[in-house]
Formats: sequence, structure tokens, C-alpha cells
Amino acid sequence: MPQVTLTVNGTKHTVEVEARTLLVELLREKLRLTGTHVGCDTSQCGACVVHMGGDSIKSCTILAVQCEGAEVTTIEGLAKPDGTLHPMQEAFREYHALQCGFCTPGMVMSAIDLVNKHPQGLTEQEIREGLEGNICRCTGYHNIVKAIAAAADVMHGKRSELARAAE
Amino acid sequence: MYDFTYHKPSSVADAVKLLAADPDARPISGGMTLLPALKLRLNKPSAVVDLSGIAELRGIRREGSTIVIGAMTKHYEVATSPEIKSAIPALAAMAATIGDTQVRNRGTMGGSVANNDPSADYPAALLALGGTIQTDKRKISADDFFQGVFATALEMGELVTAIHIPVPEKAGYAKMRNPASRYSMAGVFVAKGPHGVRVAANGAGANGSFRVKEMEAALAANWSPEAVAGIKLDPFLMNGDIHGSAEYRAHLVTVMAKRAVAEAG
Ligand code: FES
Ligand code: FES
Repeated sequence: MPQVTLTVNGTKHTVEVEARTLLVELLREKLRLTGTHVGCDTSQCGACVVHMGGDSIKSCTILAVQCEGAEVTTIEGLAKPDGTLHPMQEAFREYHALQCGFCTPGMVMSAIDLVNKHPQGLTEQEIREGLEGNICRCTGYHNIVKAIAAAADVMHGKRSELARAAE
Repeated sequence: MYDFTYHKPSSVADAVKLLAADPDARPISGGMTLLPALKLRLNKPSAVVDLSGIAELRGIRREGSTIVIGAMTKHYEVATSPEIKSAIPALAAMAATIGDTQVRNRGTMGGSVANNDPSADYPAALLALGGTIQTDKRKISADDFFQGVFATALEMGELVTAIHIPVPEKAGYAKMRNPASRYSMAGVFVAKGPHGVRVAANGAGANGSFRVKEMEAALAANWSPEAVAGIKLDPFLMNGDIHGSAEYRAHLVTVMAKRAVAEAG
């Protein structure tokens, strides 16, 4: 069976997989990182989004063997070891940007990539377009968009801490 | 998905050898079309040859008045490349509308060109810009390369290695997306360049992306949205399905052409 060596959330793993194994299957079934979800398995919903080499990708649409030598970050890799949440996670909590939470890991991973790629800041329209690859069946998106705007300010150092949702 | 053998060659020569040795082997670039097809078991390759380890297939450069884009260049790279943004801004803007961010972070220009999906963006762009497709064997003009729905001039085992595009004087693109799938219902790319005025449409034609010669003639005489406003395409040549009738798509091509010319300025 093929072997793949990759770094996930800072830890190097060598895993035996079938050639047809998807990255999301490796993450969930071999590494037991079940925070990355599968909503559709057809590249549409974005629940499976992770970062590879700093770019957001759909882990249901890449073979595990294609990730040889790659640096992968999943939702489990965002918070600090002491439990401090990433500003984007904190913003989702503060702004009530989730209801059932199924889409949330993918939303958060896509949102972080979006913010990182727009150091000059983001308009509301850009945030909405940037979420094109993520589907939420619960929230209606408004609070997700607000959370991302608030987290972007913190991530870009415009604010030292999150603006409170009530402001 | 059926299982297969996985290869990751590091040169075009090795990839071509692997594909020649096994007629049931398939190349994979970004995998944005192939992997979904494999999941549906529409395709049962014995081997998958991953092109992502081939350095010679990457990169964007300007050679005189031509932009050369390696086949494995991702849509995201096309959308954000300073060379493309300054030489052919319409192409960069078009690449930024392909799929979604995650698709653009994986999908490649060469893969899209080789697949020739009737709703894909690049085929119409290359037809309008008068691009040339470089393979491991030869150079093929876009006019000869794109041959209908999912059909190209590529022979079995032949690989797209790069795309050459002459820098146009001006170019513009507009498309109407299906509101659910976001695939093109009709998209039109217009360009005025070294090959004259050229117009090509995707998403709408019954036989895939096509040049719209009557619009080319009208725009050559008068480069303005009004010049194409009165041109009606024959619905018989259009694709009709649950998302839109052939008549609707014929109408959309004219509307998108007007917008594309306005966009080009
Ligand atoms: S599970 Fe990957 S996009 Fe839905
Ligand atoms: S919070 Fe339920 S799917 Fe988004």
C-alpha cells in the first residue's frame, strides 16, 4: 500500500493509505481529527476545508497521496495549546456565527485564508464572495460575515481585541 | 472510487512514458474535474499520473508580446499574477470567477483547457485571444484545439505543457452564472489584438465554446456595445436544458457580448 508522509497541525505523520484515499478520510479515519467535516463529498459545501501550504482547499477533493510532504492545518490546529482560541474562532463565538455548527470548521478555515490574502482589508461584498465555496444551512450568513469582518480587524492588528457584538 | 496505482513523475518525459505504457492511465493536474468523476465511478483508470511534481509545467512569464503560462498554473495564480494583471487584466479577472476560492487554489489552467468543459471559462478566452496550446509534441492554435463538448485535438497520452497568449490591445469578459451551480450559462470573451477582433462564447453553444463571427465583423467595423446589440444568434445552435432554453441562451450571448465590450472599454 502507498505511504504518505505529511505534517498535520505541526506533527509529522507517516500513514499507509490506498491510492484512492482522500485527504479528508486520512484526517478523520486515520488521524481521528474529526473536526473536518464531510457535508457533500462533491466539492460544493466547504465543510471539509483545511489549509495546505497556507491555501484553503477542499479535503474531500484531493487524494491523500497528493499531500506528500505537505503542511496541513485543520480546525484542531488553530487554538493555542493552552486553549486560547484563534481570533476567527473567538469571533464566530462572539457574533453567534453558528447554529448547528456543522459548516463551522470549514467556514473558519476559509475565512482565515480569505483574511490572510487580503492584508489591505475586506469589504462586506468581498467577504460574501470569498465564502462562495462554503454553504451554511442554518445561519443565513449575516453573522458569519460580521464575525469575519471583526476577526479581520484583530488579525490585521487594527484592534487588539475583538469588538463586542453588541457595539 | 475504484482504486488505482498512483505515480508522481518529476518530468514531462517520464509522465508521457507512463501514459504511453498504459492506455488506461489518466493524468491528474488539479483534480477538480477528475476526482469528482472518479468518485461517481464514471471513470476507472488503472493508474493516475500526478503532474504536480513537474517543475517545468509551472510558472507565468512574458516573452516579448506573448504571455506564457505553464499548464500546472493554478487559477488563483492566474488571477493574481502581476504579469497577467498588467498585460491581460480581463484574463486575470476571469480566472478570479472560476469555481470558488478552494477550486482556484487547486484547479489548473492546463487541466481546464485539456478537459474543454462547455461551461469552462478558459476555452472561450483562448479562442478570443488567439492563444496557442503547447503540448509535449506540438503547438496547436486554440481554433484547432477546441473541437466541441469535452473534445480536443489532444491524442491519447498527449499532455498540455503551456499556453501562449499574444498580449491584446484590449479584452473583456462577461458571464451569466447559473445561480445555483455557478457554472456559466453564457459567457463571452471579446478581444482586439494581433489576430484582429475576436469574440468567443462559452456555456451556451450546443457544440461547446465557439467563435461568434458575426459579432467579430460588427466589432471590427465599430468597437462598441451597440455594434453587437442587434445581433441575434440562432437558437438551433444553442444548448437548451432545465437551466435555460436555447432561445434564452442565444439572447444571453448578445447581452454578455455587450457587457464584455463595455468592460474592455
Ligand atoms: S465535503 Fe468537501 S466540499 Fe462538501
Ligand atoms: S451552522 Fe448549521 S450549517 Fe452552518
